Amino acid sequence: MADQTLRQWLLTDTPTSRRHAKLSAIYQGWLSFRGNTMAMIGLWILIGLVGIAAFAPILSPHNPFVQDLGNRLAPLGTESHILGTDSLGRDILSRLIYGSRITLYIVALVALIAPIVGLLVGTVSGYAGGWVDVVLMRITDIFLAFPRLVLALAFVAALGAGIENAVLAISLTAWPPYARIARAETLTIRAADYISAIQLQGAGAMRIITRHIWPLCVSSLIVRVTLDMAGIILAAAGLGFLGLGAQPPSPEWGAMISEGRRFILDHWWVATMPGLAIFTVSLAFNLLGDGLRDVLDPKGGE
Amino acid sequence: MDTLLDVEDLWVRFPSRQGVFDAVRGVSFTLGRERLGIVGESGSGKSMTGRAILRLIRPPGIVEAKQVSLGGVDLMQKTEKEMRAVRGQRISMVMQDPKFSLNPVMTIGDQIIEAYRQHNRASYAQAYAKALEMLEAVSIRDADRVMRAYPHEMSGGMGQRIMIAMMLIPNPEILIADEPTSALDVSVQRQVLDIMDKLVKTRGMGLIFISHDLNLVADFCDRVLIMYAGRIVEICKADKLNEAKHPYTRGLLNSLPRLDTPRDHLEVLKRDPAWSEAPSVSGRL
Repeated sequence: MADQTLRQWLLTDTPTSRRHAKLSAIYQGWLSFRGNTMAMIGLWILIGLVGIAAFAPILSPHNPFVQDLGNRLAPLGTESHILGTDSLGRDILSRLIYGSRITLYIVALVALIAPIVGLLVGTVSGYAGGWVDVVLMRITDIFLAFPRLVLALAFVAALGAGIENAVLAISLTAWPPYARIARAETLTIRAADYISAIQLQGAGAMRIITRHIWPLCVSSLIVRVTLDMAGIILAAAGLGFLGLGAQPPSPEWGAMISEGRRFILDHWWVATMPGLAIFTVSLAFNLLGDGLRDVLDPKGGE
Repeated sequence: MDTLLDVEDLWVRFPSRQGVFDAVRGVSFTLGRERLGIVGESGSGKSMTGRAILRLIRPPGIVEAKQVSLGGVDLMQKTEKEMRAVRGQRISMVMQDPKFSLNPVMTIGDQIIEAYRQHNRASYAQAYAKALEMLEAVSIRDADRVMRAYPHEMSGGMGQRIMIAMMLIPNPEILIADEPTSALDVSVQRQVLDIMDKLVKTRGMGLIFISHDLNLVADFCDRVLIMYAGRIVEICKADKLNEAKHPYTRGLLNSLPRLDTPRDHLEVLKRDPAWSEAPSVSGRL
């Protein structure tokens, strides 16, 4: 129909094809997400963050690594250094802009590694049962028994400081909750008739887990990941602050706070600006996660 | 008649805190190229018998038997890995409710193709063609569309026919149907049964038909085993079910209303503890 707008086409009660129905479902999800103002704020902040990280060389007024010892600790609003300079005369704004790349890198890698490890451990444990389940779940319990940052600290101390090792350490501490969720899901799915149906077609355990159980566990894991992002950023910043994450001179936000800490009474902006960046981004991830959960969680749907 | 399956002295046990519970107690029967019905009330061990043949009883359940031989090879001696080659390929099973026996997040096409490729080396295109052909064999119109659909888009009767297609596509020698029509409408029941009957006959398969519906079984099968409390209490030809002698079978028959001989009161089945004590009748030929 020619007089039908795209909006009406998307909101129809009687979709004409499978793709139409899918698009309409996505659009309705988007509408309910858009109704959530806080989630939209989070989304815009994160879109901004990704944009900043992508165009860092264009956006930053200075090279983040170039020192200018004659102009160190310049206050806010100094000409050509809007956010001032740090103890070595480097432009704080440029360092924050480049730091967003490191933050996104860590978050993306951890958000990939931890759920996958958790999914693997959880589904194997839930499907196999018996002693495999006991052993894997007790290992999970051991990881859960330590405070997250303390455990990550121990790993980084053992592996050596650096971004890659920080990612590894944070992933190692982040997977147990995913394993728990995946196991719980697997236990309910495993008893389902369609799993018996596949078993009596002669499918092996590997096939059942990868082809039939994983797709059903993924939705609850995704929701959990979005809610976990802020925690990952804080852990990465914490490691950076303690000097165990990204190493100087790389402009990691946690490391920048730690550097500015020495001057916090006389030159408060050096530590405050990266702190504000961490705060804003974690908040944005939390807001987005909340909004996404409302839209994505299959159990919360009406 | 050649024997496809020979089951001798089959036991299924579940250890519990109150002692060992025997779900199936010393059942013996043979299956040729025929339709064998297993009838009994809930908890009489009919479904357990079907699953035990495929060795699909979940731990802690234990399956024991003198022999369960398929074409002369004892299934009880096989390893789990060898059993997987038997399941689906040589013995298949259709379950009760199609709503729960199809994976909700996979398309029907993918599930049938997976069932086929499990046991046959075939390209995706070959398997797709084969699956289409199978769907048409179970009288599904517009098979192309159904292949792309998800299980929730199907009605119960269609689901059960798809299930039958999926289970028959590797061309097994024996099909175990565990109450395949109980979840279906009466009008659809007949249709599903006819399709199953046609396929079983043309392919020369053996069928074990598990049901609690006496009339249906009498109508549909060649031979009927009547189970009570984990034992076979009586075996008879399906067309001679009305002449059954065991008091349990008689009780079941008399508790059904009949159109040709209306009665004011239907009999209530009176159970005799002696029935469950008595040794199992052998259904081996």
